[in-house]
Amino acid sequence: MPFQRYVETGRIAKCTSGKLRGKIVSIVDCIDQTRVLVDGPQSGVPRQAYRLNNLQLTKFRLKFPYHAPTRVVRKQWEAADLTKKWEESAWAQKSKNVKKRTALNDFDRFKLRYAKKQRNKLLTIAYNTLKKRTKADGSARVLKKDRKLRIQELKKAGKGKK
Amino acid sequence: MPPVEKSAKKAPASGKKPTKFRKAVNFNLSGGIMRYSRHQQYKRKALWRQKATLKPKQEVPKRPLTIVKEIGGGHNGGQRVVTLRKNKANYPTKALVTSRPTKGVFKLHKRSTRKSLIPGRVVIIVAGKHKGKRVIVLKVLQSGLLLITGPFSLNSTPLRRISQRYVIATQTRINMANVVVPDHINDAYFKREPKSTKRNRGEGEIFAPKKEVYTVSEKRKSDQATVDKSIKTALSQHKDKKLLFNYLRSYFALSSSQYPHRLKF
Repeated sequence: MPFQRYVETGRIAKCTSGKLRGKIVSIVDCIDQTRVLVDGPQSGVPRQAYRLNNLQLTKFRLKFPYHAPTRVVRKQWEAADLTKKWEESAWAQKSKNVKKRTALNDFDRFKLRYAKKQRNKLLTIAYNTLKKRTKADGSARVLKKDRKLRIQELKKAGKGKK
Repeated sequence: MPPVEKSAKKAPASGKKPTKFRKAVNFNLSGGIMRYSRHQQYKRKALWRQKATLKPKQEVPKRPLTIVKEIGGGHNGGQRVVTLRKNKANYPTKALVTSRPTKGVFKLHKRSTRKSLIPGRVVIIVAGKHKGKRVIVLKVLQSGLLLITGPFSLNSTPLRRISQRYVIATQTRINMANVVVPDHINDAYFKREPKSTKRNRGEGEIFAPKKEVYTVSEKRKSDQATVDKSIKTALSQHKDKKLLFNYLRSYFALSSSQYPHRLKF
């Protein structure tokens, strides 16, 4: 499988260290093998050199000539609606959730665990009832309990008299 | 004239309170030569002005150490020099036992408790018999130890003292405004009772000595009940009261990929 993402002009990457950690930037130019010039006019990152070691490439790419001014980068960024696209991506969602989880304190973690337990209880009940009421071939199984209930209902309605 | 003097004169006129300690204006240039000579300082400080107002020094007559006494008798030389202060007639053969200064006494040591460990804080115990439990800090005792309670009915942690080293403070707090911890629950309250020195004489000695079993006194039980009652009312006023009760019942544990230094408590 060939590489899908390259360090290239216009490639959107996520910073992983320092002040910019967690922000997305666009690569504007390659300085050398280890560093690139990045710019993030819509993510609050001024143009600067950044180490490739601390960059993670995303699937997004903007189209502009290398060493384009911030003005052009911003224009392309807005045209592609990149901020919104990034926020909708699975990667961004995941990192958002990780952030949320790390912000939890001890009591919050307990509450989360408690909520999950409650949900799983309901799920188990629902699953077991479904299992009971389904035959191996997929057709519905009528339980004794159901017959009883039906008879009771009929009796109530006055139709069950012999 | 040096410019410093001008500013020094102006200072009180500006209405600012002069500071108690001013920076020394005169200083060592190098090799013991001062910036202002003695003559210049005399002028600068206006000591000539003070001269008139200075009080004359009252001279205290010096007391003589010795006096000369006239002595009778032909062969005694007529007079003798006698010291006014008598020497000691005897000296101790052993150094006196003096009471030592109480400076270094343990109970007087300065205690410093972590800022987070305030009354009403839920803490996690990390060591000892009750490790993993979440309990409530009641107060910091004079010895520096924390007074905690489970409450007993929730996680069977009694009123107890614990070192602050063995707890992790969480962010959860309960309102302690209406919680009353009796004053008699202090360090002395938790002191161990001395073992009874009585021994069974006679027949008793044949059998193995009975092991003394610790029993909780009625006083402790009643104290526990009163404290826990007020704590529980405070708990029930919490926003998440139902969950909080369960929270205190539960144990703290780390699961995989959970690192205590990365967690927020």
